[in-house]
Amino acid sequence: MTFLQVAGVIAGLMFAIGAVAALVRIIKGPSILDRTLATDVLLAIAICALAAEMAINGHLDTLPVLLVLALFGVVGSIAIARFMARQDAA
Amino acid sequence: MNATEISIAVLILVSGFLSMAAGIGILRFPDVLTRLHAGTKPQVLGLAVVLAAMVVREPVWGVLTSVIVIMTFQLLTQPMAAHMIARSAYRTDHVRHDMLLVDELARDLAERERD
Repeated sequence: MTFLQVAGVIAGLMFAIGAVAALVRIIKGPSILDRTLATDVLLAIAICALAAEMAINGHLDTLPVLLVLALFGVVGSIAIARFMARQDAA
Repeated sequence: MNATEISIAVLILVSGFLSMAAGIGILRFPDVLTRLHAGTKPQVLGLAVVLAAMVVREPVWGVLTSVIVIMTFQLLTQPMAAHMIARSAYRTDHVRHDMLLVDELARDLAERERD
């Protein structure tokens, strides 16, 4: 295993820990805003993991996926935050 | 094992550490507003670092322009989303007022109501 692959495995483990933590916050979060924020973090970790895989293996096949996720991934958070009313506290 | 490979590996490790910090921060912080700090700042920096690793790996003009576009949109949209979440949290009473030292927005709102 080259140094790059070992670094890739360790970085993948760290991405996984961050993603599982965001997922726990999605399940636990007492309000919908916590869940929105944690979904945003989960999506950003997915983008980082895709880019890291492209950097390790040296291909560019998933670059359009990265672009589309980065552009449109935040629309959900903004929509939920914009239209949240006082009654929808959960 | 040359300098390029070592720099790519270091950049990917830094990005992994920052993403883990964002995830753990969003799990352990006590309030919506503090979780906003953890959920946006290390995350955007981790994305910038791993996109730099991609550019180092394939120094092609197409990759560089795509990376610049991705980073610009993330830098534009993440603060906007954080601002709207914070505003919505304040207006629907999701803020823990016992943990705030100074609350300038309450003072401004009270001043405006008096007029």
